[in-house]
Order: sequence, then structure tokens, then C-alpha cells
Amino acid sequence: MRNEQTNTIAAGLADTAFGAVRRWGARGARFARSNPVAAAAALVLVVLGVLAAFGPLISPFDPLEFHSKDRFASPSGTYLMGTDEFGRDQFSRLIGGTRSVFTIAVTSVAIGVTLGALIGLLSGYYGGWLDSILQRVMDSMMSIPLLVLTLAILAMLGRSDLNVVGAIAAVNVPIANRVIRSAALSVKEEPYIAAARALGASDWRISLRHIGPNVLAPYLVIVTTQISWAIIVASALSFLGVASPPPEPSWGRMLSEGAREFAERAPWLAVFPAVFVFLSVLSFNLVGDVLRDSLDPRLRGR
Amino acid sequence: MKAYIVRRLLLIIPTLFLVSVFIFIILRLLPGDVALIILTGGGTTQIDPQQYAELKEQLGLNDPWHVQYINWVWGMLRLEGGDSLWTGNPVFEDISRALPATIQLTIMALLISLVIAIPVGILSAMHRNSPLDYGMRVVAISGLAMPDFLVGAMIVLVLILTVNWIPPLDYAGFFENPASNLQQMIWPAVILGYIQAAFLARMIRSTTLEVLGQDYIRTAWSKGLASRHVYIRHALRNALLPVITVAGIQTAQLLGGAVIVENIFAIPGLGFKLLEAIVNRDWVTLQTVVTIFALAILLINLFIDLLYGWLDPRIRYG
Repeated sequence: MRNEQTNTIAAGLADTAFGAVRRWGARGARFARSNPVAAAAALVLVVLGVLAAFGPLISPFDPLEFHSKDRFASPSGTYLMGTDEFGRDQFSRLIGGTRSVFTIAVTSVAIGVTLGALIGLLSGYYGGWLDSILQRVMDSMMSIPLLVLTLAILAMLGRSDLNVVGAIAAVNVPIANRVIRSAALSVKEEPYIAAARALGASDWRISLRHIGPNVLAPYLVIVTTQISWAIIVASALSFLGVASPPPEPSWGRMLSEGAREFAERAPWLAVFPAVFVFLSVLSFNLVGDVLRDSLDPRLRGR
Repeated sequence: MKAYIVRRLLLIIPTLFLVSVFIFIILRLLPGDVALIILTGGGTTQIDPQQYAELKEQLGLNDPWHVQYINWVWGMLRLEGGDSLWTGNPVFEDISRALPATIQLTIMALLISLVIAIPVGILSAMHRNSPLDYGMRVVAISGLAMPDFLVGAMIVLVLILTVNWIPPLDYAGFFENPASNLQQMIWPAVILGYIQAAFLARMIRSTTLEVLGQDYIRTAWSKGLASRHVYIRHALRNALLPVITVAGIQTAQLLGGAVIVENIFAIPGLGFKLLEAIVNRDWVTLQTVVTIFALAILLINLFIDLLYGWLDPRIRYG
């Protein structure tokens, strides 16, 4: 009797789970039909995400291992994307680079945009002198070219992945601040905020529980666009040789060395890193565009 | 109008003050020490503690922070900017030597981008959803996904493989040797110009589409004006207005973005100077260059606002 019941429940659960998978599958298929480019971009991001997450399990070789007999080997069955001047497998190194650049981009943007959004929220909600002071500080941060600011912060902190995260996060703060502040300013005037206040909600509760969720859409859009920007900056920094030092693999340094030093001997050393940078940035941009279109009510239904 | 300009110029002062304090404090928290780098050449050789202390004293690194800050700002106000910790020259002298290359690069890039972006954006909008439009949009969006260092690396790769190009070792100013100067500057300018063009073309396309839907364009058509007239006299002028703001902001960013291409193509401009200063922990040069970048951006923004008011009579600054 009990067994039967368990079985029914299990079957029901399986059914629900199966249904959910099918529904998501159907939704995905519909999305892919209506917007094939964005769907392809999302797929690229998933693949890169898997490479980043499970890199060490997937990569055929240790990215730091020298194969002295196979220096500058061209792409082949063994070395999918060839080897570099020490005979290190480029595919494994690119996977390592994906892991490092994704970690840097996602953490720095999560920290920087969230901090900036909180400042923007408070600044927009309270207004007054707090707003004036915060906004002047943000203005001064914004009037320094972004790459220059990152470089200066990195010079202060020294070369390491953690410091790159800090520098990129810091630059994201004023950008997120500005967008969220203006969104908060308009939400603040909505009647439901006045209603919440009339019910005796505290400032803290109003800003976090009532305004916060209503500025979630611009927040998500900044996160996606800033991640693609963070990938660019993190790679540019390693391209310039001011990010974490070798031998750890990074897209920017591989690209720089490949193009400037080994172009004639081994052009694949520049081409593959370029493909990785290009595809990841392009995909984040495309997905960001779709997200913006679907989250921005003004563009909905067009 | 005059009052507005004066007010805007005065507003630059507190922002610039904050920028200078901000960058000064950041750099003062720097764990590295320029005296150490000068003595060891970046290596790990043993140094004489007395020599180190003397050099620190000589460079003014022992003064309290506020004294160092006031000395630096005072130096900038006198247009000297203190001596570079690396080259030993007054910073403004170093900068004025580096500035022409960066300005030339910025102007060339801006011209290239406008020459590409304006026709492409407008044609794309006029022939919306045609193969031409799709082709242009693909090129434009790939431009957005190709950061300057990526395009730079690819161009270097192609140049090396096709014409056995070697990175130039010495640089000649435009007025000394225009031919060799342009030969060296053209690729970096093309790189920056293409990236900017990709951005601007997308923007011009969407503003043109917006303008083409306006009532006054329908009026212009129904008056029986030639399409040349409608597009150029009525649509283009209005469509370009928002583009100017964006082009201005982009130009300001170009000044900083030149760091990478100047580095790839060995152009001794401001970006090159900046990277050199960072590698050597030459904070006097670094903080001065950053402050000058900020000033340039603030002035460009003001100029754009004024240009905007001049082009669109509806906008009046009181």
C-alpha cells in the first residue's frame, strides 16, 4: 500500500520533472526559431561556461606542461589548436584562460555593479546633500578614461588576478551607480511608494523591498553588458603585460605573444585566442541586447 | 550664454580637484616604491640602505602626504608639474612631447570613423532590412565585439604574413617626415576608427530611422521635394544631433584607448607615456597624465554641449 503510494508520488514527480524539461525545451526551441542569432550566442556562452567550470576535467593536457619535442606543433589530432614555444598544448591553455577570464569578469562585475547599484539606490532615494556628494565623487571617477583608471588602480595594487578583479570592480561602480540612480529616481515617484510610506514602512524597507526589485531589470542589463566589457579589459590588461604574470594562461598575453613574436612561425598562436575573445564578447553583447529588449518595457512588443 | 560657459568652466574646478585627490590617494597607497625600482632596475639586487634613504629624500618621498599633494598641484598650476621620477624632466615637458602624436592619432581615427559611419548608417536606414542593411549591421556588430587589442593583433599578424612588416623602431613627427609618419600612424588610426565607426554607424542608423518617421519628413515628401533634399536637408541634420554627443564621448575615450594601439605600434604618445609611468611606478607622471586626461574629457563635454546648442536652436542654455 505504502509502496504503491510512494511509486505514484515518484511517478508524479518524474512526470512533473519531465513536463518541466519539455516545457523549457519547447520554450528554448521557440526562442531559437524566433531569434536564431541570439540562441546561437547563448549556446556559445553555455559552451564557454562549461569550459570555464569544468576546465581541468576537459582539457587534454596540463596547460603548464612542456612537450619539448613538440614545440610550435601545428594544429593536429593530438594538439587540437597546436602548441606554443615551449610545446604547451594551446587548447588546454585556452581553456585555462577561459576559466581565469570568466572568473575575473563575473566576480568583478558582480561586486562592482552591486556596490554601484546600492550607492545609486541610496543616492537616488535619499537625495539631498548625500546625493550631491556621492554624485560628485562618481563624476570624478567617470571623468578618467576607464582603461586608464583600471591601469592606475592596478599599478597601485600590483600584478595579480585578485587585483585585476578589484580594479575592474571599482570602475564598474560609477557606471552602475548612474543607471540605477536614475531608475530609482523615477520609481521613487510611483504611487505605490507613497502607499508603502503611508503604511509606515521604514526608509530601509522602502528602498530595499519596494524600489530594489523594480530596478532589477536595468541591473541585469548592466551586468551582462559589463561582463563583456570586463572580459575585454581583463584581456587588454594581460595583453599589455600588466595583469597576472606568466606562466598562468591568459587570452590577452597569448594573443599578444602570438601576433607579435610568433606570427610567421605559428600563426595559430594568435588566431585561436582571437577567436575565443571575439566569440565570447560577441555572444555577451548579443545576449545582452536580447535581454535589454525583453526587459525594457518601452521596447516590448516591437 | 557667456554666464553659462563661465558657470560650466567653474564647475570643472571641483571635479578636477576630486580627480586629483582621488588619483593622488590611490597612488600613495601604492605598495611599490619608485626609489627601490630605480636602484635595483626592477631586479632583486642588494641595495645600499643609505643610498636608498638619500634618493627617497631627494625625490621628496619622505614629505607628509599633504605637502606632497600641495607641491604637485602648485607645480601643475605653474605648468611644470614637478619632475618625472623616471626621466628626471619636468612632467609637462615630457607630456608636451608626447601630446602631438596622440592628438594626431585621435583626429585621424575620428575622421576615418565619420567617413565610414555617416554614409553606412544612413544607407542602412534608407534601405532598411535589405541585404545591404543586414551586411552592414553584421560588420558593425562584429566591430563592437572586437576590442582594439584584438583588431591590432590581427592587423599585425596579417601585415607580418603578407608584407613582412616589422614593428617600426623610431618615430618621426608629422611635420618632420610626413610620409614615414603617416605610414606608421595609418594602421592604428584605422583600428581605432573602425571600432568607433561600428558604434557610430549603429547609432546613426537608429536615429535616422527615428527621424524618418517624423511628421516633418512626411510633410517634406508630400511637398514633392527631391529625395536627395529630404534625406540630406531634413533628415540628416536632425539625425546627426544625438550622434555628436556620442562621438564626443567616444573621442574622449579614444584619448585613453590609444594606450593599447600606441603600445602595439610603438607610437610615443600619451598612452605610451602612461604605460611607461605605470611600469616604472613613476607616480608624478602618472597622476599628472590622468588629471590631464580628465581635464580633456571635461572640456570636450563642455564643447559638445555648446555645439549642440548651436546646431539645435531649440536648445538654449540660460
